[in-house]
Parts: sequence; structure tokens; C-alpha cells
Amino acid sequence: MNFYKENPALKFQLSHPLMHKIVDLKEQGYADKDKYDYAPQDFEDAIDSYDRILEIIGEICGEIIAPNAEDVDHEGPQVINNRVKYARGTQENHDALTKAGLYGMALPRQYGGLNVSMVPYVMAAELVSRADAGFANIWGLQDCAETIAEFADEDIKAEFLPRVCKGETCSMDLTEPDAGSDLQAVQLKATYNEADGMWYLNGVKRFITNGDAQIKLVLARSEAGTNDGRGLSYFVCDNKHDDRIKVRRIENKLGIKGSPTCELVFTNAPAKLVGTRRMGLIKYVMSLMNGARLGVGAQSVGLSAAAYEEALAYAKDRKQFGKAIIEFPAVYEMVSMIKAKLDASRALLYECTRFVDVYKAYEMLEQSRKLTPEEKAEYKEYQKLADAFTPLLKMFASEFANQNAYDCIQVHGGSGFMKDYACERLYRDARILTIYEGTSQLQTVAAIRHVTTGGYLKQIRAYEAMDINPEFTALKERLVKMTALYEQAVNAVHEAKDQEYLDFVARRLVEMAGHIIMGYLLIIDATRDDMFRKSAFIYLNYGEAEVKKHAEFIATFNRDNIDLYK
Amino acid sequence: MSLKIVVLAKQVPDTRNVGKDAMKADGTVNRAALPAIYNPEDLNALEQALRLKDKHEGTTVHVLTMGPARAADIIRESMFRGADGGYLLSGREFAGSDTLATSYALSCAIRKLGKVDIIICGRQAIDGDTAQVGPQVAEKLGLPQVTYAEEILDVEDGAITVKRRLERGVETVKGKLPMLVTVNGSAAPCRPRHAKLTLKYKFAKTASEVQEAGEDYAERFCCRPYLKIEEWGVNDIEHDPKWLGMSGSPTKVKQIESVVFTAKESRRLTPADAEIDALMKELITNHTIG
Repeated sequence: MNFYKENPALKFQLSHPLMHKIVDLKEQGYADKDKYDYAPQDFEDAIDSYDRILEIIGEICGEIIAPNAEDVDHEGPQVINNRVKYARGTQENHDALTKAGLYGMALPRQYGGLNVSMVPYVMAAELVSRADAGFANIWGLQDCAETIAEFADEDIKAEFLPRVCKGETCSMDLTEPDAGSDLQAVQLKATYNEADGMWYLNGVKRFITNGDAQIKLVLARSEAGTNDGRGLSYFVCDNKHDDRIKVRRIENKLGIKGSPTCELVFTNAPAKLVGTRRMGLIKYVMSLMNGARLGVGAQSVGLSAAAYEEALAYAKDRKQFGKAIIEFPAVYEMVSMIKAKLDASRALLYECTRFVDVYKAYEMLEQSRKLTPEEKAEYKEYQKLADAFTPLLKMFASEFANQNAYDCIQVHGGSGFMKDYACERLYRDARILTIYEGTSQLQTVAAIRHVTTGGYLKQIRAYEAMDINPEFTALKERLVKMTALYEQAVNAVHEAKDQEYLDFVARRLVEMAGHIIMGYLLIIDATRDDMFRKSAFIYLNYGEAEVKKHAEFIATFNRDNIDLYK
Repeated sequence: MSLKIVVLAKQVPDTRNVGKDAMKADGTVNRAALPAIYNPEDLNALEQALRLKDKHEGTTVHVLTMGPARAADIIRESMFRGADGGYLLSGREFAGSDTLATSYALSCAIRKLGKVDIIICGRQAIDGDTAQVGPQVAEKLGLPQVTYAEEILDVEDGAITVKRRLERGVETVKGKLPMLVTVNGSAAPCRPRHAKLTLKYKFAKTASEVQEAGEDYAERFCCRPYLKIEEWGVNDIEHDPKWLGMSGSPTKVKQIESVVFTAKESRRLTPADAEIDALMKELITNHTIG
């Protein structure tokens, strides 16, 4: 089975009109073609290459990673002599992807990468997640290499990046026992040694995914005596697997059991500074976080895709009262809602990814030459869009993945509660998605800015102005009305000039914006391809009711009631 | 030591995914309804070859296949996984070959390649399941052969050590090169396609494919010699025409019968010796077993 080839909704994303701009920016005149025999000649060649790379990943996902998922979930990793030993299947997955040359996909060719743009990279993450959401973490941590490529000095890049392409794994070591959502409280100490020009790390990190990785990015306090985020710097650490970095234990988790979550002890571990001192949290971690949130978006969509496949197959197969259960309205509504939420979150995922793609490409370009004022303006524009869409995506895709995994079990009935079917694993694996890399509540905090400053509204207006298939005119009219409700609610909250009230209803406002945006994205996609037609209608029926619900809540809510919640 | 390895591979209809249109009314295989795939055990063979290439610097692996033009697909597929290139033996003169004519044609092609250290092929193809071609090629070339190989353990000082998978266990044998080895399906699966190799070789083509692709393509092709897949017709190999194709194939298909399993009834036996004995006799008499 090939997870990519069998799903035309993925290849569809490669044909998006913005891809031309993205690939052209990424390939810079296709100059690499004379230096590397695997570099594309032109745009069409590049898209064909993306397609072929995804085909390889789709096959590995369908033939190796997905069949291993159940065993990996049961077996899990172990700690032996302060080292992590992956489950057998995890190691097999990793070896297959390494042998296929798929680590470091997005890195420049000079470091051994494939230089693909974010869209196919994120698509690969979606595919791997559909096969095994837990394994997707180990695969997805190659994001760390992106951060090195973006911010580290050339010698660090040359030292570490080719190793990522050869299959060495990464970890990002941020969280500590007393620094979770509040990373400003990080205490792990970094001390500079004049004699050898190296930094040395001492302290404890907790909840570190794939903590025994060879290449570690560590957030540490480089400025003694400071207590806030400005005393933190970012380090890259070559884990030699000696006594300097020990895995003390791994967590016993509800889900994503194949992904080792480690507690680490650093004892004089040598490290190198990435970028500039004191910019660790403020700049680099924020950038890494945005990448990680996009990754969780992909992971969530992949999990929703798995939930949909499982639910659909079971509902077609299972017969009760003399017919397949999918023929009953109560069941077909559930299955088609899973599909609609899947399609909506996928549309949002790739829209967000394209925004990231354009601005990252400009960011890279800026390292080699000065941007023209037009380019600079576009760079900023897309960066703003990416900032606005990333928390929206993270929140919606992860919440939908949970709802979909829940409904997937419900479709299975009693059988779904047993360990015999994949749906119970999906349900457990989904649970972390709304939590890590920033909870849904923190995504609201990041997103509400774009509600109050009108960022979302501006983009909604841009969608409104786009040409759509006349068949969807009625849907669009409903979206226009939903937008009016959204504006009214935003204005009402704004006029109250009450920060606590704004925080209290923030999630509802952000959700209203999200439903409208996904509604538009689906009719735009359905205009390009009929396969999204049903989901456009179904999602809009759902999203419209949700928007009205929130509008009603805000319109009738008595602010004095907030105290009752305390 | 560096080795020159040739892998014999075949493109076959995917008989593992047989749907209801797999057979035509006359009982022959409906090739159009079955996707053409790389014969599974030939992929096991390719992996063994590629492992030797990984281990012994300077080793080359080429794939030789006989088949129609589209069989070039499996040569490309091999290159995506690490083979250096391949040869497609194609032409209507080869049509209708049974195992004898096939092995004759393949042995002629191998002779053209000069000194080859190891020829590796799958035990058998899933369309015919004869397991004859490999051994016959060895005979025609006068080479020793090791069949049912599960792993090539070592190649050193002109000798090869092979672990064989037999019905009741494993056997490790050692022999002198050159040697032909047929590989069992229980051997390690083939490595995945490699992304960079896939992008590098995706435009690899045979001469006739280049012609079909047109002039623009020919331009790209000519400055990249690694994109060339050798294509040999009957005139490119030294041969005796009477051993090729139909005339070289003594196997004649007399009749094909489309057997559709229809029996649906079941029988319940008591676990008494007499009943089991009677059933055994019945099954042996009607050739279900034995």
C-alpha cells in the first residue's frame, strides 16, 4: 500500500497556483542543476521530483511504518544503561527512511539535503503521522536541522547538517521540571570556558522527546544572575553518549508510546552557541516553535486521515440489522463529519505551509543578497500570514484529530473499545496533540492578536474576492453572513475594553475566524477539484452552526458572570 | 576485491493481487488487468548484490532483463535502489520463449558482458513458478551454481560463502567464483528506493524510449551518459536463431483450464480414528494431498 499514491488529495496540493512562486524562490534560477545530478532543471521537473520523493515515503509508510505501529505501541522504548533503546519497529522505520535518503529533506543540497520546499516536507510529515503518529516525532525532529541551517554559523552547519542527512536524529531540549509553558524559567546552566572556547552545560531537562538523540539543541541560561528569557541562549550539543548526558528515565505515557520522552541529566556537556547570546528564547526558540507547531498540525491531519480510513472501512464492513452500518444516518453523518474536518484541517495545513514556504524562502534569499523593496514587502506580508495561521492550524487540527479519533471509536462501537482495532491507539495518540508545542489555550493567546488587529479579517476579505465556481455562490453568501457575525462579535468585545473579558471569550472569537477561513479554503479547493465538493457543503453546515453558537454566546453573555467561573 | 555482478530480473504480472478479471475467458492471464511489477524474489536477489557493492569498493551491479520495452521500468527501479545500470534484451524474436529459450538468450547476453564474477537471480518468478531459468543459465555458461540462497555471507579470495535455506534447515556452502546464485524469498527484503538516486535516474531511458520522448529530451540525455539504459536486440548478441523464441522452446502448452473453486459445502467429522482414516484415504485418492 502506498499512502501517497492512493490519496489524490495530497498530490492536489502540489498543483496549487502558489507552488510556482514557492519553487522558483526555493531553487533560485535552478542553478543547482549543474552542480548536483539530482537537482531539478525547471519548475515542472521540481514538482515531478517532489511527487517521486513523496511516492517513496508513501510506500515506506504503507509497507513498513504502519504495519509496525501496533507492535511499537506495545513494545515501546526502554532505558538501558542511561541510553534509549527504540522498539524494534521504531528502529526498522528509522533505518528504512535513512536508507531511502529521506532525512534532511528540506536542507540545502550543499549539506546533503534534497532542498525541497515546506509543502512536500510537511506532506511527508502528514504521511508518516498517518502511519504512526508516535514515530512522526522522531522523524519530525529533523526540524532542528532547519533551525541550525537558519541561525547557526557556517562551521556548525558544516559539522552537523550532513550528519542529519545520514540519519542521525535530533532533539530539542527546552522543558525543565519548573519550566513548561513558561520557558523563561529555564535554569540549565551554560558556562563558557575561555581555555577551549566551548560552553559547558549542567542541569536537568524533562519531557524531552527523543532525548537520547545524537544532535541536541538545548536552551540554557548563559547569563548568570538573570531570571528571565533574555538570559537564555541556544546551544547545539554533540551527544557522545558518555556520562555527560545521561537519560535518567523515560516517561510511561498514555499515547505515542513509541516516542521516547526522556529525563536528562547534563554534567559538563560540551556545547556550541547557536547564533547570538541572549537570543535563545526570544528569537530561535520562537522560530523553532513555529516550525514545531506546523509539525503538530501535520501530525494532527495525518492522525485524522488514519481515523477516517479506519472509521470508513469498519462502517462499510460491519453489518447490523441486515445492512452495513454506514447506511444508517447516525453513522454516515459521523463518518462524513470526520472527512469534512479532515479536509478542512488539511486545507488549512497546506495554506499555512505555503505562507511559511514563501517567507522562509525570502529569509534564505536575504542571506545571499539584498531583497528589493517589493520582495521585502512580500516577505513581511507572508511572515505575518504564517504567524497568524500557525496557531490557528495547531489549535484546529489537533482538536479535530481528537474529535475524529473519538468518533472513530464510536463508529466501531464495542469493538472500538477493545485493543483489537487501531482506533484505540489513535485515540490515545491523539490526546497529546492539543497539549504539546503549546496547548490549545496558548494557541488562542497567540491567535487572538490577529483577531483584534484585523489580520484574519483581512485574509477573509481576500478569500471573499477570489473567483469561485458559481455552484458555491450560495455557500459564499453564507460565509459573508458568518463574517458579519464575526465582525459584530469582535467589535462588541473590543468596545467593552476589558482585557479579562477578551481573554475569556478569546477562544470563541478565534474559532469563529477559523471556521470562516476553512469554509473559504474548502470552496476554493472545490473550485479547483470536485473531490472537495461534499466536504465544502458538509463543513459549512457545521461551521455555520458553530459560528452562530459563539455569536449567540457573546451577544447574550453577561460580563458580571465571569466572577462565577472563578 | 571489486566484483562485477549481474542480476537477472523479470517484470511479471502481479499475481499476488488477483482480482476477478485476472483471467480471460479462454483461461489465459489477462495481463492488462494485472499491474506489471518487479518479480519479488528478484528484488531479494538485487539486495544481495547491493550488499556486496556496499561491502566491496569498486563493485558494479547491473541488471539484465529480457522482456518488452516497458520492462525497462524494472531496470530504472533497480537504479533507484542502487544498481549502476542495466541491459534490456528485447525483440519479437524472443517472444514465446519457454525457460530453455529464455536461459539461452540470457546466457548469450551475459557472454557479451565479458568476465562476470557473480550472477544473482531470484529463485523463481511468480508468473511461471518454474525456478528453472537461473539453473539453466548456469549450465549454459558452464558455471557452478548455488540455489535457494538466503544470504551471501562472504566473498573473499575468489571464493563465495552462501547460506542456503532448505526444507529442514540451513546449509552453508562455499564455492569458487564465478558463480551463479539463486536467492530465496526468505532472504532480506530489498532496500527502499533512494531519494537522490531516484531523482538522478528518473530520466534514464533505453534508446527507443529516448526516440519516443522526442528531441528536447534527447538533448538532455546526450550530456548525461549515466541516463542510458542499454537496449539489445537479437543482432546484438551472438546466437543461433533456432534456440531462440518459439523455435527454441520445446515446452508447448496443450490446454489451459480455468479452475474456479465453487465448493461451499462443509462436513463435520467426529474425532474417531476410523473417520479420520477414511478422510485421509479420500483426500489421497482424489489427489488433494499426496
